[in-house]
Amino acid sequence: MDITEIEQRSAVDKIKKSERLDGRELLEFRNIEIETGVAKKAEGSAKVTIGDTKVIAGVKFGVGHPFPDTPDEGMLMVNAEFGPMASPDFESGPPGKEATELSRVVDRGIRESESLPLQDLCIEEGEKVWKVMVDIHIVDHDGNLMDASALAAVKALMEAKKPGLDGDEVLRDEEHDFDLKRVPIACTVAKIAENYLVDLSLVEEEVTDSMVTVTWTKDGLCSLQKRGNGGFKKDELIEIFQIAKEKTDELRKLIE
Amino acid sequence: MKTMKYDKELLKDGKRIDGRGIDDLRDMEAKAGILKRADGSGYFRMGKTEAIAAVFGPRELHPQHKQKPQRGILQCRYNLTPFSVDDRKRPGPSRRGKEIGKVSEGALSSSIFLEEFPTATIDLYMEVISADAGTRCVALNAGSIALADAGVPMKGLISACAAGKIDDTPVLDLKGEEDMGGQVDLPIAMNADTGEITLLQMDGMTDIDEMDEMLELAMKGCEKVAEKQKEALMETF
Repeated sequence: MDITEIEQRSAVDKIKKSERLDGRELLEFRNIEIETGVAKKAEGSAKVTIGDTKVIAGVKFGVGHPFPDTPDEGMLMVNAEFGPMASPDFESGPPGKEATELSRVVDRGIRESESLPLQDLCIEEGEKVWKVMVDIHIVDHDGNLMDASALAAVKALMEAKKPGLDGDEVLRDEEHDFDLKRVPIACTVAKIAENYLVDLSLVEEEVTDSMVTVTWTKDGLCSLQKRGNGGFKKDELIEIFQIAKEKTDELRKLIE
Repeated sequence: MKTMKYDKELLKDGKRIDGRGIDDLRDMEAKAGILKRADGSGYFRMGKTEAIAAVFGPRELHPQHKQKPQRGILQCRYNLTPFSVDDRKRPGPSRRGKEIGKVSEGALSSSIFLEEFPTATIDLYMEVISADAGTRCVALNAGSIALADAGVPMKGLISACAAGKIDDTPVLDLKGEEDMGGQVDLPIAMNADTGEITLLQMDGMTDIDEMDEMLELAMKGCEKVAEKQKEALMETF
């Protein structure tokens, strides 16, 4: 890690005064840009830039056998790649713990909010269903990969068109409507020096040991994940849920 | 799994399918020092969910580049044994297992004086023997006993249990059918002495008031778990 102890200490000193190294408010996101159609071969894709963090998500459809306990439902798969280009700390190889956690938190946000109309993705009950595969590719890591990835994944799904099908052959030049029922948005809230912060930069992530990723839809809270080694009191958590609700309402406006 | 329909009523006249009330835990059993070779070990059972845990260390951490100069680290493995579930599970930690290993490290690290062991590792291995919902909580409960049994200096025991929502009602400690047919699953772990929550995950649709209610239930559950863990540790002395 290239972050020096001096940088870390100055980040904490700033936060103690309710300020941040990059001049932001504690509950302010960096500049966010969302671009769609970035991967031409994907059925849906989005690139999300938050500050200098860049994440690309692509959606591919495939056909598969349903899970035995849900014979009439399509399948959702979310995978994340922390490619070595994104950070000197990332290595090639199978997904590590961080990537596994990230993909599963993004997956649960989409799945638990019942955003994907899984029943509409059944082709033949018990035999054949659509598989919706969302792949998240981190290309530049400057903090807050979780929120950027969740945003890219849901935007890519919103953009996705379902291909046609002829027997077992997927017809990718056909485009069928595919609408999400809800738009889950994740916001990670951290506590550093008795202050709450959102959208942590890389340095800020180094100095916190406790944060919570909160995923909201317009209809309610759908997923939570405490990350890092610290802990929270119940009242602090309730405050965090509320902060995340307000921030996710703001973020939702950017993609709807 | 959550989308699977469970066709029986989960809650009838305030009673659950196994006769429990909404704020009752399943029956619990806890043991410490069950393994010979490990530096510390523990067992925990909640209803039909049971897990064993073993601790090795503090010991030298390999590969060396993972070593932290200022402090030791805790490494957790969480695994479901192939025979712990209805259809045999492929051996070895799945993606889910990897994630739970990671959140377990997050749940337990803050309760250990890791600064006393620079560059070292404490390895905690948790194996679920039978799974009927609440496996990460039961594994953590066994794991926390194992850490204490190994004599690892700790600020307090970590105790875990889940709350959830079935038939639109917040309840404590879901069992298998309730988890499958339920609307919300909220596993937490906390230091029962300080009330600090160190593991928090939630799936399902809810709101802030309901979260408050479910957290309250789960925290009371953790306090009861802590008593059981302490009893087991007292017996080994």
